[in-house]
Parts: sequence; C-alpha cells; structure tokens
Amino acid sequence: MRSNLGDRIFRGVLRLAGSAVLLLVLALAAEMFRTAWPAIHTFGARFLVTSVWDPVAEHHGALSFVYGTLVSSLLAMLIAVPLGIGAAVFLAELAPPWLRPPVAFLVELVAAVPSVVYGLWGIFVLAPLMRTWVQPFLGATLGFLPLFQGPPYGVGMLTAGIILAIMVVPFITAVSREVLLAVPNSQREAALALGATRWETTRLAVLRYGRSGLIGAGLLGLGRALGETMAVTMVIGNRPEVAISLFAPGYTMASVIANEFTEATSDLYLSALIEVGLLLFLVTVAVNALARLLVWSVGGAVKVVRE
Amino acid sequence: MRTWFTALTLLVTAATAAPTGAQTLINGAGATFPYPIYSKWFDAYTKVDPEARFNYQSIGSGGGIKQISSRTVDFGASDGPMTDEQLKGAPGELFHIPTVLGADAATYNLPGSPKLKFTPDVLADIFLGKISKWNDPRLAAENPGVSLPSTPIVVVHRSDGSGTTYIWVDYLSKVSPEWQQKVGRGTSVNWPVGLGGKGNEGVAGQVKSTPGALGYVELAYAVQNKLPVGLVKNAAGKFVEPTIESTTAAAAGAARTMPADFRVSLTNPPGDDAYPIASFTWLLVYKEQPNEIKGRAIVKFLWWMSHEGQKMAPDLHYAPLPAPVVKQIEGRIKEINYRGKPLMVAR
Repeated sequence: MRSNLGDRIFRGVLRLAGSAVLLLVLALAAEMFRTAWPAIHTFGARFLVTSVWDPVAEHHGALSFVYGTLVSSLLAMLIAVPLGIGAAVFLAELAPPWLRPPVAFLVELVAAVPSVVYGLWGIFVLAPLMRTWVQPFLGATLGFLPLFQGPPYGVGMLTAGIILAIMVVPFITAVSREVLLAVPNSQREAALALGATRWETTRLAVLRYGRSGLIGAGLLGLGRALGETMAVTMVIGNRPEVAISLFAPGYTMASVIANEFTEATSDLYLSALIEVGLLLFLVTVAVNALARLLVWSVGGAVKVVRE
Repeated sequence: MRTWFTALTLLVTAATAAPTGAQTLINGAGATFPYPIYSKWFDAYTKVDPEARFNYQSIGSGGGIKQISSRTVDFGASDGPMTDEQLKGAPGELFHIPTVLGADAATYNLPGSPKLKFTPDVLADIFLGKISKWNDPRLAAENPGVSLPSTPIVVVHRSDGSGTTYIWVDYLSKVSPEWQQKVGRGTSVNWPVGLGGKGNEGVAGQVKSTPGALGYVELAYAVQNKLPVGLVKNAAGKFVEPTIESTTAAAAGAARTMPADFRVSLTNPPGDDAYPIASFTWLLVYKEQPNEIKGRAIVKFLWWMSHEGQKMAPDLHYAPLPAPVVKQIEGRIKEINYRGKPLMVAR
C-alpha cells in the first residue's frame, strides 16, 4: 500500500484527536489533585471515612456524599434498568407497528428535558406524593425493614433515586431499542422454528444476543445518574448524613459542589470541595471500569451462545 | 470571495472597536441576593451617564471577593463583610459601600397560616433541634389563642452557600451562645437538624409542600410569593413583623454605633421598630483606583446609587438605606481617589 501525503496528514490529525482526549483527562485529574492538595494534606484518610461537613470549623469529611451518590444511583438503576429494557422490548418486539414511531419519538423527547425541570417537578409533585402516599404505604407494609423507617419527609434518598430513575429510563430505552432492532431476524426465526414461545424467543434469542449492548445502555444511564446534579439537589434533602433508611435525607457529591462552590470563601473549604470533585471523578472511573469488566465477561458468554 | 472576507473583517473590527471609543465598560461580580436591584440600577444608570456601562456577574459573594482581591473586576459585591484576613490579602485598601438592606423572614406551613410570634431563644432552639414539636410550651406561651398542632417541626434551611444563610445564622449566633459555640456563622454551616432546599425557591417549595415545616427565606421572596411570615422579638423586646420599613429601621438603629468601614452586622440592633434579622449588602471598591476614567465613573455611580437609586429599592422589595447611613457613605465616597486625587467632583 502506498502512503501518500494525504494519508499521513490524516493519520496525524486523528492521532492528535485521540491523544487530546487522553491529555484532557490527565490534565483534569492533575489540576484537581493540585488544587485539592491542601485538603488532602490536612484531612488525609479522615476525608473518606467521616461525614462531618462543617465549613465554619473547617472539618470536612465526604463519606456521606460518596454514600449518597452510590446509593441514589444504585436505586435509580434498580428501577430504571428493568423499566427501560422492558419498554425497549415492547417497542422492538411487541408493539403494533403504527405505535412504534410515535412512542420512540416521545422517549427521545423525554430524554431531552433539562434536569432542572425534573427537579421542580420533583419538589412540587413527586415529593408531596411520596410523603402522603408512597412513604406511609411502604412504612406500613415494609416498615419492619430498616430501609423503610423514619418520618416521611417526602424528600430524601428514595425520592432522589426515583427522580434519577425517571431521568435515565429514556436513555436506557432509546439505546436498548436500537440494540434490539440490530438483532438479526434470523435469530428470532430460528428460535420460533424450534417451537419457542414469544417469551422464550425474546429471552433466549433476542435479549441474550444483545446482552453486551443492553449493559452498555445501562452504563450510559448509570453515568448520567452518578453525575446528575440539579434534580437530585432539589429532592434529596441535602443533609450530610449516612442513614440506612431510604426515607432519610441524604447528599451527593455533585450536589454539594453545586451548592457550596460559589460561596466557598476560605481556601481550605474550596480545596475540600475540589477534593469531593476529585472523588466523584475517581468513583465514576471506578464504576465505569467495573462495568467494562462486566461487559467483557458477558461478551464471552454471548459467543458461547452464538456457537 | 476576497471582498466578502474584507467586508467581514471590517464589520468585526467596527463591532469590537465602536463601544470602547465612546463608553467605559466597568466590570463587577459578586453577590446574587442584590442582583435584581443591581441590574435595575445599571440599566437605569445608562440614562444618567451614557458614557459608563456596568456589567455585573452574579457569581456569588465568595467569587466577588476573590475577583476583586485579584483585581480581575473593577468592583466586587458581597452579602457578608470581608474578614480582616481577606482584607489583608487584597492588594489595596478595599472599601465596603452598603447599597441596600435585606432581611430574612421565618416562613412556615401550618393549618390556617396563623401569624406566629417567635422569641430569639425559641428560634435558636428550634434550629438546634431542642424544640421539636409545634405545641411546645415555650412556643405556645408567646402565641396565646393560636392552636398549635402536636406535629413535629420540620426545619428547612438553604443547602447552597448564601448570604441569606449568613444573616440567619449570624442572628442565631448573637442571640444564642449555644448556637455560637456549636454551629457558628458562615454562608454554609453544619446544621444540627433539618432539610436543605436549594435557593429561596427550594426552601419555599419545601415549606409549602410539607405540613409542619419552618424555614427562612429572603424577605423580598416571601413578600413576592405572599408566604406567611413570623414576627420576631427584637432587642427592645417588641415583636416586629418583617417589612421594608422595619428593615430600614434596623440600620437606623445601628447607625449611631456604625463603624467607619461599614463592616457591621445589623442583626439584633437596638430600636423599637427594628426587625432583628437584617443586613446590609455591600459593593467592594478600592480606595485607590488604578484607572482614573473608570474610577471617576464608579464614584459617580456610587453617589447616584446611594441617593437617587435608593428610590427604586422598595419596588423590588429591598429596604433603602436610612438617611444617617447615606450621610456616612458620602464621606466614604469622597475618599476614593486616583493617585491621591479625589475622584468625586464637587456638587
């Protein structure tokens, strides 16, 4: 193959683009580490294992924020993944053809609603609903579990999880639907030819075939849930505490940065907030790496099925 | 093609060059709380002095202090006075010029929205979590004839760092030694109890939708949204309703003991009519201006703002400065100079 000037320039441009992404991430991490250094130096490991957040006395511990981010995102995924994939299966496999385009269009539309709108809806509609109906009901039926105890404020971890779930469902649905549509029809036909029912066809031929794509859809949703700020801030109650009950107010990493960054006047305080940002960055990277491993292990399983 | 390009270049040059020739652009940044009145002032001021154009970014008091201290803006704005340490860190002497007053109102969600009366120690103990029920005898004692429910008090505070919070906790620190010692004052604090709402709208939304909630919001916000507000017992022992007049009275009460640099907390001031949870908000300007033209424009604006500009304040639910304070500000403005030469033109 003859390499001409055009090819070489093209390769150079692409290399530049590729390395720019990498350099950007590294520069981001380095700069955050540099500005967070006073807090890292002052608080050390205490920052990770305590949850006292007192800007006046300059005691900072981020445990409750890390906990809040992980728990609210986990809750959101527990609700959103079955719902989102279920909706995608309906749209790709079961819905009558005339219904598919309008519903798919609506799903994409919902994905574009700004998060502050969800937040306002959360304060004025969801939180009162949770306080008057959902939380008392859960308290009465599942109240023996420590997860569903305590006074129903309306706002809190559970409400934040639900808002997040509502926000990520459209993402998961839209991507999963594309994945399912990409499953070759021969898979379905083969399963049906073997006498499989519709449920068996969907489960064995379609969902299993598209498994790694579906996990990717879930990951996209998880990414959004981990970093979501405005909507969560408005309904989580913003209380830096680690509480077992899902009714109790909590706090997330993104929320505390958004809330306190503008008025953080002392250097150590600012530095502590940036360390929270660094933690959020690390948690996101760790969660994504874990999920990537999951996709790889599942990817192997898919090959076996295809053989 | 070339003609197009030339035309475009000319257009861009003209667009960027034109304003700098005729107008002085003065940049400021800081507090969000007074942003509505500031933007109104800067807009109205273009008619008073067409040669000066003010640009204000409401990025928060912390950002305002940072930016004026590093001289990246021509003036800063803050809801809380700068600390001695911060002033020492600035490259020049900074003046605090009060612009208007704001107050915090206690708002709540109770059946029938009764007018409640709060004493300072009751307010502090509610926010400390020591009074947790609405029918607490100490609360009931001040509110005879009001039927208070036995439900828990759900405390709601601001989750975002804000001047509104600073005023509130500054007041609680003054009236309660326990608060001062356990929590202290700041734009964000470690709240002993309660839920955090983002912004005035977040707190008000939370209070509105939670029976038994009690929170604090800016007076302007409470008035505009017709929220029920509580009366608070002031230093003279009178229960005072938060209004624009009682907020101005708070500054008048403190005027006699006003320090020359205006870095003063107005909470719990003397005076029969003074509402005790009020504060100035300040513009931060250098005493020695680095640029004569800009300095002259700033001084001229400060004078206009502290006189004619004050009349616009009540419409936007800010309390205007009382006359004795304006008199003191005049003296301060006259001290602003460029290389030792006062910038205030005689009037």
